[in-house]
Amino acid sequence: MAEFTTEDALRSRWSAAARPRAVRWFSGLGVVFVLGAAALGLLATRLTGMSYAVALAVAVVLLLTGGSCLGAAVVVQYPRAVGRLLQRLGLPLFLLAVAAIIVVAWAPVLLWPDKPLIVRDVLAVVGAVGFVSLFASFAIWWERKVAGRIQSRLGPMRVGGWHGWAQSIADGLKLFQKEDILPGGGDAVLFRMAAYVTFVPALSLFIALPFSAAWVGRDLDVGLLLIVALFGLGVIGVLLGGWASNNKWSMYGAMREACQVISYEIPLGFSLLIPIMVAGTLRLTTIGELQAGGFWTWLAFRNPFTLIAALTFLIATLASCKRAPFDLPEAESELVAGYMTEYSGFRWALFMFAEYAEMFAAGALTAILFFGAWHSPLPAAWGAAWATGPLWQQALHGVVFSGPLWLIFKGIFFVYVQIWLRWTLPRIRLDQVMHACVQFMLPVTMVVLLAQTFWQLLVPAGSVLAVALNLACTVLGALVALGIASIAVYGLRYRRRLVGTLVVDHLPGS
Amino acid sequence: MPDAPLTNSPDSLADVERVVPGELRTEEMLLNMGPQHPSTHGVLRLVLRTDGELVLEAVPHIGYLHRCAEKIGESVASFQFIPITDRLDYLAAMINNQGFSLAVEKLAGLEVPERARYIRVIMAELNRIASHLVSFGTYGLDMGAFTPFLYGFREREYILDLFEAACGARLTYSFITPGGVTQDLPDGFLDNLARFLDYFEPKIDEYNDLLSFNYIFIKRTAGVGVISPEDAIAYGLTGPCLRGSGVKWDLRRCMPYELYDRFDFEIPVGVAGGTDRIPREVVAGDSWSRYFVRMQEMKQSVRILRQCVQQLPAGEFRNKPKGILKLPPKEVYLEVEGARGQLGFLVVGDGKAVPRRVKIRGPSFCNLAITKHVCRQVLLADIAAILGSIDVVMGEVDR
Repeated sequence: MAEFTTEDALRSRWSAAARPRAVRWFSGLGVVFVLGAAALGLLATRLTGMSYAVALAVAVVLLLTGGSCLGAAVVVQYPRAVGRLLQRLGLPLFLLAVAAIIVVAWAPVLLWPDKPLIVRDVLAVVGAVGFVSLFASFAIWWERKVAGRIQSRLGPMRVGGWHGWAQSIADGLKLFQKEDILPGGGDAVLFRMAAYVTFVPALSLFIALPFSAAWVGRDLDVGLLLIVALFGLGVIGVLLGGWASNNKWSMYGAMREACQVISYEIPLGFSLLIPIMVAGTLRLTTIGELQAGGFWTWLAFRNPFTLIAALTFLIATLASCKRAPFDLPEAESELVAGYMTEYSGFRWALFMFAEYAEMFAAGALTAILFFGAWHSPLPAAWGAAWATGPLWQQALHGVVFSGPLWLIFKGIFFVYVQIWLRWTLPRIRLDQVMHACVQFMLPVTMVVLLAQTFWQLLVPAGSVLAVALNLACTVLGALVALGIASIAVYGLRYRRRLVGTLVVDHLPGS
Repeated sequence: MPDAPLTNSPDSLADVERVVPGELRTEEMLLNMGPQHPSTHGVLRLVLRTDGELVLEAVPHIGYLHRCAEKIGESVASFQFIPITDRLDYLAAMINNQGFSLAVEKLAGLEVPERARYIRVIMAELNRIASHLVSFGTYGLDMGAFTPFLYGFREREYILDLFEAACGARLTYSFITPGGVTQDLPDGFLDNLARFLDYFEPKIDEYNDLLSFNYIFIKRTAGVGVISPEDAIAYGLTGPCLRGSGVKWDLRRCMPYELYDRFDFEIPVGVAGGTDRIPREVVAGDSWSRYFVRMQEMKQSVRILRQCVQQLPAGEFRNKPKGILKLPPKEVYLEVEGARGQLGFLVVGDGKAVPRRVKIRGPSFCNLAITKHVCRQVLLADIAAILGSIDVVMGEVDR
């Protein structure tokens, strides 16, 4: 079998008529955007304060968009040449991009305290865009690998060489290449708009999402509220897309999404109130710093009610991220592809991007609110000396005690849980989703909310009861974690026996 | 819901959208499901009259895969028709070969050596397992569980390897032929078969744990699309669909053909839940019962295969007729128990090699007929659950 190359991925899928038009549009828009960015940049030098910040941020976004458009024009016009170039320089270019994004994303931390807000904002925007793009391509590849392993396959193995690392990039380039199809009789404006209405909130919530106490674009005192609001906005894009597609299946998908996501906002909100009540603030960095004293101080293990709230929050985020078993809006065995049925090419990719960004955001939020945020299971106090020491000690502190790596790790873990569930469980029916919300999630979260209220009123923080229940919950959590870990180790150790001799014998090279 | 008279003609459903009485003004919507749809298992087209997520009525439209199989049967000699029977129920082609061969043998009075009969049973039962594995996998897919599909196909792969070793083909075998089988079993076939059976039997329990007893799966399928035994018989349902309704009717036991009277096996039927690991929610005749009958049938097929491996005698594999096989001017109708139900062949001879008339009773066709009856007032997601549990193969429906 011939190797699937980047060139294959880039083989033009544009029709002869659409291709020059696409090149014209891309290059035209690119030039307009770049010129606009330059003009805005010039204008910004004459402004001050907030308007200066806004102008500069918009200029940066315009520059990025314009650059992407110009790049797209080149790719569409010379797909083979670009393909050949990427084939030669693919891996170095990719590593360079990763390094650049890391540098750009880390730079603000080094510069953080001394620089004006505007620099932080611009860097945060770039860092968020970079992180989300990187994470989405990683997560798509990873989901396919995990799915493959769960299904006793290998998953992507060819593109780019090592375990198909470039699969997401090749997919992205392929999607970029595809002709942009508007469904006949659909609402063209809304159809185009829907992808952005879904994508932009999913991206912008990363501005307020803290990766650690220092690594946060804007540490808002209503950060949690903003993130939840932006989470809720995504549904509008799906509704628009479903409506504008002029397709009954899309419409069904959109309607399902609307009733599912909006219903689950309520238990989601109630579960959110528990950490807010414990911390007494909506500022995410404060909530995170509250859990610095080792894993027994993590909010999920404070008392039984916070533990239940953590579970209901996890379930509710599954529903609002449209992940299995709540993936009804895009249930392909029922609705073909749900609201995405008529989408193709890059608009479809934007929906996918938004989905994976939301998945990570949901995982990170779970970690911040309930599972120790950016802290390792060890108490941060043990490493207090390192935190202020020389640079290498600080770096070590980030790995061992607390730092953005831990948040990313925890976020990826919860994304893994979502992937794991998706490839294991069947899908729930719509009426069952609604019943589960109204008859289970809502009462449970309400009772937990009430119980937590009384708990805080009646049980003093240091009392015997509080400490005992804290201990019990911690032990329970640790046991569950140990159980999962030991099952995983057992599975790894005896995977050949578990899968059956016939399978192993048939594998090439075994 | 008033029972609007609906025929199967496409016109009858056109523009019957009505305003649903109620406080809010809602309209019924006609939804075209198929012929290109992931869960119609081929080119079945269903026209759904929906009120929101509720499907008031589903009318199947067929004929997208019609290939004049019966007409071809009346134009070629009986041997030449065998490859066409492969294409009827392409997931269980061996059983199609077997059914037609048995009909021709009965008509022409052709004797079949005992070894050949054993080989036929081995192939038919292996193919039944392969077909039920696909059914299991795609049913998981219909319910949104992706992983069982890959597992089902992985296991089926070994069966296809066995078939490939025996006859060189992996899907359309043309292996069983009037008078026996085309060639003897290759060396090592029985060892590989025994190895496969040892590997496969525990896997069935694993799949039951993964899918059959999964809480969500039970919630999705138990009590959905219940077919009463009376309805099942009245609509001419056969195979796992009939047995799922609790009717203990299996041609291999009730009217044994080939050598099925020699083997010891049980006929699994659908029972009400609450006993013997059957979940509480299950009603006899629902989608879960039909699905679970297939899972149990795989175990019984393994049982039959083990007995075949033990009993297989030496001898001829084919009684090749001298010259051209002429079909006497008689009429024979014969049914075998296919993977999806009773597969019947009517062959009429008139003294020539080419049959005068060939008529096929496709079990999928008869089973599909109940869709309209069952898919009333169900949710959109239930359509996939019901269709998948009936498990039609469109090649056999349209012939």
